[in-house]
Amino acid sequence: MAIWLNEDSKILVQGMTGSEGTKHTRRMVASGAKVVAGVTPGKAGADVDGIPVFNDVASAMAATGANVSVVFVPPKFAKAAVEEAVDAKIPLCVVITEGIPVHDTAQFYQYAVNAGTTRIIGPNCPGIISPGVSNAGIIPSDITKPGRIGLVSKSGTLTYQMMYELRDFGFSTCVGIGGDPIIGTTHIDALEAFQNDPDTDAIVMIGEIGGDAEERAAAYIKDHVTKPVVGYVAGFTAPEGKTMGHAGAIVSGSSGTAAAKQEALEAAGVKVGRTPSATAELMRKILS
Amino acid sequence: MDLYEYQAKELFGKHGLPITAGDVALDVDAAVAIATSINGPVVVKAQVKVGGRGKAGGVKLAKNPTETREIAGAILGMDIKGHTVHKVLVAHAADITEEYYVAFLLDRANRSFLAMASVEGGVEIEEVAVNNPEALAKIRVDALEGVTPEKAREIAAAAKFDEAIQGQVADILVKMWEVMVAEDATLVEVNPLVLTPTGEVLALDGKVTIDDNAGFRQPDHAGFDDSDADNIETRAKALDLNYVKLQGDVGIIGNGAGLVMSTLDVVAYAGEEFGGIKPANFLDIGGGASAEVMANGLDIVLNDPEVQAVFVNIFGGITACDAVANGILQAVDQLGDSVTKPIVARIDGNNAVEGRAILNKANHKFIELVDTMDAAARRVAELAAARKGA
Repeated sequence: MAIWLNEDSKILVQGMTGSEGTKHTRRMVASGAKVVAGVTPGKAGADVDGIPVFNDVASAMAATGANVSVVFVPPKFAKAAVEEAVDAKIPLCVVITEGIPVHDTAQFYQYAVNAGTTRIIGPNCPGIISPGVSNAGIIPSDITKPGRIGLVSKSGTLTYQMMYELRDFGFSTCVGIGGDPIIGTTHIDALEAFQNDPDTDAIVMIGEIGGDAEERAAAYIKDHVTKPVVGYVAGFTAPEGKTMGHAGAIVSGSSGTAAAKQEALEAAGVKVGRTPSATAELMRKILS
Repeated sequence: MDLYEYQAKELFGKHGLPITAGDVALDVDAAVAIATSINGPVVVKAQVKVGGRGKAGGVKLAKNPTETREIAGAILGMDIKGHTVHKVLVAHAADITEEYYVAFLLDRANRSFLAMASVEGGVEIEEVAVNNPEALAKIRVDALEGVTPEKAREIAAAAKFDEAIQGQVADILVKMWEVMVAEDATLVEVNPLVLTPTGEVLALDGKVTIDDNAGFRQPDHAGFDDSDADNIETRAKALDLNYVKLQGDVGIIGNGAGLVMSTLDVVAYAGEEFGGIKPANFLDIGGGASAEVMANGLDIVLNDPEVQAVFVNIFGGITACDAVANGILQAVDQLGDSVTKPIVARIDGNNAVEGRAILNKANHKFIELVDTMDAAARRVAELAAARKGA
């Protein structure tokens, strides 16, 4: 089953003819994902390894039945690309692009909310993988196998690290929600989906400094999540006022600190690990 | 990037917000010249990107150019919470009847924007929010609809501005929103917004934060960056490295912002055992991590005089670990004899076996391979402590 991405997922890649788009299309295909179309304006009729390219999302969907879009277009054109996918009513749009101005993200997010037919994951995220089933984005498929743990994380490499630590258990779905200040899918959205997914037994949640998404997720867990959750928060040593790589990862005053996030999660009954390995160890104890 | 007050004021002027006359000065003579041209009482304000400068003595009134000379001389060069004052803003000192607060900001929780307004301005707005929350109006701003004149009036009314000035305030709010959108800002704050005895409403002090991601369409914003503050950060930026200087002893290089943040924490925890060894920097070399990027990164980190040992922590996702290993070796080759500090590497993920084999084979006297992130952090803290103690 998994969440959001399953055996029926047919992927189209916006920006497939660009270098990143082509590279990751090939990786997705190699991992067994059904990539059925590419979209690059003005390049209809071309193909990448036999996968047809269309001028726009709507005609790609009509011709191939695609129901997931993965966006690799550069920041300048990302807003137009996402709004086009929303107009075409694609159910899931995964925005990998890093460096999109936050005003653009705020606008395309609101555009998708108003339309009510598209879930956005990202931007600035590694995407989503249901190991052995499908893979939309840039998460390596060979780290782990199918299993019954759900993973949601703001960070790409910490996602990979955690998949690796728990590779012998395997995962139902791993979602990288991205490190930008505004993101289409939150920890809470993923927690809700994992709670309702019969193929997920336990959840790992990885957060980092900035904003209060982890605190709100903690409140949600307390009221709505009955499956075991373990957590990890990165950035305890981050100083105030410095952006740590991700546009959203900044402590301002007393808000957004890792300590506050850990405290909120623990108050909600979530076991929080001090390091990624220690966090994986907590999950091992729960599952064995 | 947070802007200085004078830069914020520059943007306010550009978008038609009512501001007081004034300019920025780098030295006393320039400050006196500005005061002379204003021809009236001025306020001399330290330009630092930190709060509480008034309490620190960084904001003073001067009745005339002679007083301006004295005051600007005292403020320039002053240290405010670790920030040296290199510039002062000299502005006409407006007569003030009332002080208010107005701001637009990015609202992460609601994934939109927020207007905040209060007739109780001139103080720390956080205090108003805590002690007197009903005095602070918070109104959601839709990212697509923006702030129309009607919306601006709704905000002014919600904050209970006197009806006589609601029109003026609404006009200011519309222009502030224009600054938000046109300048790709994530914060536009006016505190205080003031009412003068003649009934004018003026933006007296402002804070603006601009979105670094929008640099490609905001060519003018590059001029706001005065990064002479820290040489290492400036050099790293020129090499396109995602680097933040911290106070510590262990240089950190990793791939992916989350993993690097986590590495800082793990090193700090391990460092507790060794007399408080701490990470010296944040450096994310990103997903690609070519040999050249690794060489640039190692060069920056090894040349930080505070660094005693370096931790290279890579999880190869897209990056292949054999390429990373070759990158480390090429980097130390290029750097040659200037490499005198131990480098602890932990590499996992894509082609990790091949990567480790490459490093083991090279058997470089300053490179040590450790299997896990936690063990590597402990080892690098130990090495840094030993060198620091030596």
